[in-house]
Amino acid sequence: MADGSVADVKQALADVGYLADEPAALVSFLAQQLGKPVLVEGPAGVGKTELAKALSRATGRELVRLQCYEGLDEAKAMYEWNYRKQLLRIQAGGEDGWGDVQEDIFSSEFLLERPLMQAIASPEPVVLLIDEIDKTDQEFEAMLLELLSDFQITIPELGRIEATTMPIVVLTSNDSRELTEALKRRCLYLWLDYPDLEREMEIVRLHTPELSETLARKLVEVIRMVRGLDLKKPPSIAESIDWARTLLLMGAEDIDRETFNQSMSIIVKHRTDIDLVAERVGVKLADPLRTEG
Amino acid sequence: MAAKLLGFCEVLRGEGVAVGTSELLDAFAALEHVEWTSRADFREALATTIAKSQDDRRVFELLFDRYFFRNAEAEAVQRGVTEHDEGGPPAGDGERFDMDGLSEAIREAIAAGDEDAMRDLARLAISAFGRGEGSGVVGVDVQRIRRTLGLTAGTQPPAQDGSERAPIDRDQLTGFERHLRRELERDLIERTETLPPSRPLAELDRALPTSPTQDLAAVHRAVSQMKRRLATLGHEQRGRKKGQTVDVRRTMRASLETGGVPLRLRYRPKRPRRPEIYVLCDVSTSVTSASVFFLSVLHALHDSFRKLRSFVFIERISEVTDVFEHERDFAVIAQKISSEGGVADVSGYTDYGRVWLEFLTEISEDLDPRSTVIVLGDARTNGREPHAEVFAQVAERAGRLFWLNPEPKLYWNYGDSVMAAYERHCDGAFECWTTKHLENFVNVVAGAAPAAE
Repeated sequence: MADGSVADVKQALADVGYLADEPAALVSFLAQQLGKPVLVEGPAGVGKTELAKALSRATGRELVRLQCYEGLDEAKAMYEWNYRKQLLRIQAGGEDGWGDVQEDIFSSEFLLERPLMQAIASPEPVVLLIDEIDKTDQEFEAMLLELLSDFQITIPELGRIEATTMPIVVLTSNDSRELTEALKRRCLYLWLDYPDLEREMEIVRLHTPELSETLARKLVEVIRMVRGLDLKKPPSIAESIDWARTLLLMGAEDIDRETFNQSMSIIVKHRTDIDLVAERVGVKLADPLRTEG
Repeated sequence: MAAKLLGFCEVLRGEGVAVGTSELLDAFAALEHVEWTSRADFREALATTIAKSQDDRRVFELLFDRYFFRNAEAEAVQRGVTEHDEGGPPAGDGERFDMDGLSEAIREAIAAGDEDAMRDLARLAISAFGRGEGSGVVGVDVQRIRRTLGLTAGTQPPAQDGSERAPIDRDQLTGFERHLRRELERDLIERTETLPPSRPLAELDRALPTSPTQDLAAVHRAVSQMKRRLATLGHEQRGRKKGQTVDVRRTMRASLETGGVPLRLRYRPKRPRRPEIYVLCDVSTSVTSASVFFLSVLHALHDSFRKLRSFVFIERISEVTDVFEHERDFAVIAQKISSEGGVADVSGYTDYGRVWLEFLTEISEDLDPRSTVIVLGDARTNGREPHAEVFAQVAERAGRLFWLNPEPKLYWNYGDSVMAAYERHCDGAFECWTTKHLENFVNVVAGAAPAAE
């Protein structure tokens, strides 16, 4: 899927089990064509990380993942000198001149590659996923800029290391803090939102083909109803799929109040949310059951 | 086309979207790879390279239509009419037929779920009812058009030829109404040549919300912004040198430069800390209208910060952290606080002096330089002793103390307001009676330049 059109990209993503909507497919396509990083934002659980994984599967590239967290620094993200090995080398090299030793211990042999370095140095093109970039501090973002715009990393002792192959870079953010303009400027921007009814149904059916269509529709409708409430943590797509699997295991024919109450904890994970959902959604489900049976 | 695109970016900049040269270059590069004839692709390619946040995206959507499709729209109406005439049922008498035919076509489109057709038909319907002749209120016009077309949810009356018609459900109808609304809004934009006030920044610029539900969303937005700023800024420079711990790994690494002898110590970097926030909110009658606003601010704060303790006070102070944590519904919270808060004693008049004393004895042990105290109140003591010296102690213990006053600055220190006595001890005192002021406060706290009034 290296070249081709937007439709090809969409198809390739669908083949590996990711149903992208039009914007997502287009941005994935452009990311490959332009060689620019993609910044994906959106609520939790709409498949931001999954998009990167699907891209890696669809392109047959290896996925290099960097999970961000507060306090992540370059030693853990880019590279680090293997100081133990360096110490050993100094001690073992007894009669070598200092000049030799110094040159030697700052060679790539003593370099520990971390994800970013791996992605740059890899001989095969990769997909680099920088997950939850908003969890890091702004200094870290600044550090990424060189990588994102020029695909290179500068190591003081070694010089510049340029990417031999162009990685596809995907950054995800949960929008918990404003990212810097400098970072945004270097990226294509994609806002992923909860899918519409039809698409979510397709997704659920793709992952649980055994589920009947009517039940899948009902499930997605209920999920959407739950998302419509003001919850602490609305159910994600992954949770819809989990719920669908649960219903299959339970052998449920229909989502009535009882099944809903039993399996609700799959999709709602806060005590206050559970109360609210039971009160608002559970009640609605009871009526059709009574009229039907 | 290049000139058009540049013009479009100019318009975007005018509305406050930061479009840099690099964005423009990206946009052109992206357009080389998509087909210009496909409207959706063209739009998405532009959006992904130019609009880099959700707010920007919203503005982009509005302007994109207005900029590129102003003429196309008129054409579409024209075309819609002719297409309809060709494909529609046999001609009846002019005007009358048109209405029925239109209504019929819309039903079909709704039943088929054909978004494009619905959009075209919505345009057609609007033009049939006369552009710009509506009430000017979009919501009213939408309903007026819907009713005239005889569109209702539920089972449908049989068609003129007697055949049964499929029922239209609520969602489908809402879908069509959405199209109507969009088209009407667009029409409005064109006539008035301005953006509708649906942009969040413009929306924030409104006077104090009087009903709790009305502006809750705007307050929530401002507060979530505040959270981001507080989380990332303002704290990292404090106390960098004190109490650092040696990072053994990095010290060893640094020692390599000196042949394995650790000459220079390396320290663990300080992690940015999470702000601890104490909010004190006046709920007395003198600030009745404001306290609804303040409570909604509190409500929003609780959604955003985990380490937040909130208090309400009139004559006494009472902690309401629990109420906010257990209730999600704003109305319930407001009611609970007024019934269970236990803050009014005898008179129902605010007694700031007493509140500080109580706050100091009960809470001050928890206060440390890490904590931020925010007071929401009008500083009207009703002639009682203000106890500014106690307040000073609170200010001293807390890292930062801010005061948000619901009265315009003009009224401060007028009558029984003793704002000046307290202001001296605050890290900042702000007037705060619109969401815009709240924004401003957020900016100042975050160290940015205050927004223009």
